[in-house]
Amino acid sequence: MPPKKITTGLMVLMLSATLPLAHGAPAQIITSPPPARRAVLIDMVREDCGSCHGSRLTGGLGPALTPQALKGKNPISLKDTILFGRPNTPMPPWNPFMSNAEAAWIVNRLMKGFPHAQ
Amino acid sequence: MRSNLFVILFALFALQGCATQPLRGTGDLGVVVERDSGKLQIVDTTARTILGEISGLGDLSHATVVFSRDQRYAYVFGRDGGLTKVDILRRRIVKRVLQSGNSIGGAISQDGRLIAAANYTPGGVKFFRSDTLAQVADIPAIGADGKRSKVVGLVSAPGDRFVFSLYNAGEIWTADMKAPAHPVIHKFTGVGKEPYDGIITPDGRYYLAGLFGEDGMALLDLWHLPNGVKRILNGYGKGSRRLPVYKMPHLEGWGFYKHYAFVPAVGHHEVLVIDTDTWRQAGVIPTYGQPVFVVGQPYSRHIWVDFAFPDNGAIQVIDAPTRRVIRTLKPGKGVLFLEFTPRGENVWVSARDSNKLVVYDTATFRRVTELPSHKPSGIFFTPRAYKLGW
Repeated sequence: MPPKKITTGLMVLMLSATLPLAHGAPAQIITSPPPARRAVLIDMVREDCGSCHGSRLTGGLGPALTPQALKGKNPISLKDTILFGRPNTPMPPWNPFMSNAEAAWIVNRLMKGFPHAQ
Repeated sequence: MRSNLFVILFALFALQGCATQPLRGTGDLGVVVERDSGKLQIVDTTARTILGEISGLGDLSHATVVFSRDQRYAYVFGRDGGLTKVDILRRRIVKRVLQSGNSIGGAISQDGRLIAAANYTPGGVKFFRSDTLAQVADIPAIGADGKRSKVVGLVSAPGDRFVFSLYNAGEIWTADMKAPAHPVIHKFTGVGKEPYDGIITPDGRYYLAGLFGEDGMALLDLWHLPNGVKRILNGYGKGSRRLPVYKMPHLEGWGFYKHYAFVPAVGHHEVLVIDTDTWRQAGVIPTYGQPVFVVGQPYSRHIWVDFAFPDNGAIQVIDAPTRRVIRTLKPGKGVLFLEFTPRGENVWVSARDSNKLVVYDTATFRRVTELPSHKPSGIFFTPRAYKLGW
């Protein structure tokens, strides 16, 4: 069965709350953005997130975002950090620039090893 | 016998052809960081061309470069802790050391003998001989809280001193390196939350650290260290909502006009004007976006500004006496950096997401040329060798 496209953040949150736990972390349905948008997101992560986290995501003023560094972290809270920022730290909210589903895809890919720009 | 002579003559010519490069100086050369591919482009600011490329410099995200006092060698500080000495004339790497796990930048001493590298991991500053890159000193940045801190805002200062800030601990330290084996360190604690960058004023007297965690700056008078660090511009953003910051501003190369300094406001679409006699705010200039670099054009009344994401497709020119924006230019996407030729007739701009360098005539604001570059970030011209701070 092909994965359903999730369009609202609320639905993703509800699903994640109800789906069984896999590897100790709540499961999420991840949809890959269309290729053109995916390229924009990859660039944004490598270049703009990269200005604090390093373009190889090995950390800088901000922490490392490599699979090793993110191991065991809750993907939902990582996604929320991307979307809403983290108070009392320099991490800003990125929700003006991406959807909930896109942030979930970024977290998913960060935890697996983030792709390089084409 | 005769044919032997021809062979020898031919061999001599061939050898000469290989060994002879036209003699040239390095004062009009520079390097451009191509950060994604770990390469440097060597550029010529007279011919406005790219002379060549050097690869194998590692992770160059947020890389910075300083120059030897003979302007022949570039020292490149990479994110991966790599410190690379590059021969600009021969266009090759002379020496490369991995000096830490994660680095942010560096500086060269007043006498040119020492290279200092500021590190995030492990937090601290390491010192190297500029000729051999042999390490001569290591200052771990352990704050008053007992924890290791990331180091930012490292500058060289008169008297073979270096000044830097501890991001996590909120401290400013000075290190006198006249005797590199025995650094003399002064620590100033509690200077403010999250100093993110530092600068030394052109007279070599004041060190200023921008504070990210609060509105304000920390000021240290290097002529009067016992007076300690003073807080200035307290609450400059008061009354207006601070916007999210998508790229940390830089303090290097502020604009100065008379006794006024022009600096980026954190989280505001503004350039702040500071009176350097009183260190109070003397004005605010609304801008296109949140400033990252605010750089004075040499021998000019103009100050140039670039901006943080998502407004990083434009640069603006401020007229310092009237404090007005007089031009908005759109060099390309993802503008990261501006570098002036030494006397200011041109400015080179890197447009990362457009994969090009754009050179402007500063008198007419017209594009002189564009040069291809893969994801360019920093642009560094060799006359930086003679400016204290870097």
